[in-house]
Amino acid sequence: MSDFASGSLTGKNLHLSFGSNHVLRGIDLHVEKGTTASVIGPSGSGKSTLLRVMNRLIEPDQGDILLDGRSVLKDNPDELRQRIGMVFQQFNLFPHKTVVDNVSLALRKLRKLPDEQARAEALEQLDLVGLKHKADARPANLSGGQQQRVAIARALAMKPEVMFFDEATSALDPELVKGVLALMADLAKGGMTMVVVTHEMGFSRNVSDTVTFMDAGVVVESGPPEQLFTDPRTERLQGFLSDVL
Amino acid sequence: MDALDQLAKTFFDWEAMAAVIPNMLTVGLPNTLILAVSSGVLGCILGMILAVMGTSRSTALRLLSRIYTDIFRGVPAIVVILLIGIGLGPVIRQLTGSTNPFPLGILALTLMASAYIGEIFRSGIQSVEKGQLEASRALGFSYNSSMRLVVIPQGIRRVLPALVNQFISLIKDSSLIYLLGLLASQREIFRIGNDAAANTGNLSPLIAAAAMYLVLTVPLTHLVNYIDNRLRTGRPEKKQPDDAAALIGKGAQP
Repeated sequence: MSDFASGSLTGKNLHLSFGSNHVLRGIDLHVEKGTTASVIGPSGSGKSTLLRVMNRLIEPDQGDILLDGRSVLKDNPDELRQRIGMVFQQFNLFPHKTVVDNVSLALRKLRKLPDEQARAEALEQLDLVGLKHKADARPANLSGGQQQRVAIARALAMKPEVMFFDEATSALDPELVKGVLALMADLAKGGMTMVVVTHEMGFSRNVSDTVTFMDAGVVVESGPPEQLFTDPRTERLQGFLSDVL
Repeated sequence: MDALDQLAKTFFDWEAMAAVIPNMLTVGLPNTLILAVSSGVLGCILGMILAVMGTSRSTALRLLSRIYTDIFRGVPAIVVILLIGIGLGPVIRQLTGSTNPFPLGILALTLMASAYIGEIFRSGIQSVEKGQLEASRALGFSYNSSMRLVVIPQGIRRVLPALVNQFISLIKDSSLIYLLGLLASQREIFRIGNDAAANTGNLSPLIAAAAMYLVLTVPLTHLVNYIDNRLRTGRPEKKQPDDAAALIGKGAQP
């Protein structure tokens, strides 16, 4: 896996409410360049919302977001999102386009690459995820694991500085999870800055550099994985770990 | 038997039909198609504009689209055609010197069709999963580009059957244009049948007209079913093992 031009990412005191529902209550998250931060916690704790706030799919009510140490809240959000790749639980491939067109779409329309060059780069990305031979298939004809790998290739094609994974393996059949996790681990080793929201405690423990435990819109505990998994300090994390492990 | 003969002669006088069919094919059919196809194409363009307005984030645009749709869906076709065709006719004549009723007829059909087509497109666009817009925006596309490249193309695909149904409606509604007064060369299928029926006192030419409409609309109805089936299964004519099993289970020959 090639190295990436990745950057650091920081969220500072992020707040978000939907009406009276206070979803994020002052989140701080710092991800060093080239490291992987996993975010764990019970459902409804605000993990997925945090990702969407950090790439400004949802604008925070309060707080700041820094990419490589510079605040990006005043940037054009569309340009910010070109620098942050995102992978979704439900893959969200474009079903009306072939696999290779899914990957090359942003290269053609946003990077304005000529069709042939965009296709060549897309094929290169597909090769990295082991699916070059499926380039002209439709997403619907791929297995869930293959679709998710295409979704990863689609995000990587834009040469992002940071990658977000939103429960990327939660919708997959158990036997398909491994391939996607292995690919994510490769990216982490290759030096990609990653924020991984996950229920895969094995991945969180073995691959990530830091773990953040969220509950009810706040960061309850964070630190290196050995510390959180072997010596959880808060009752809430102890309770959560005994539920999921 | 006299009564039956009488009925047969009224409806199925083959000679009266044969007399009118050449004219229907050379004059009526092209004119019907001109009316239906041009108002269908224009209706799709205007309908797409209405659908984009109807799904936009601007309340004013949504309201505008809503009011237009309510009016043109709620008024009978014959009223719109008369109001537009007769009402605007003199103005067009003064401006262009043309007395051809086709442009205003097409305009009236377009205005009505676009109200229905707009609703069809809107329902298609709104049926596309939220994740598609989200994924597109996460790649860095703006809201407008995301709609244009990702959401709308998928929405249109889903409503193709309803769109073909709308076109079938237009073929039939195009017959109402006769109300605007047509020269011999401007007559469409219905008017030719109706004129012949009026001249001979025999309804067989109208049966010929009905048959001509069926020749146009029945294949389209089956096209709808084909598209519908293909959209649901994703591919044409591929039997799943389960399909064969079900047949055998019912005792049918495979």
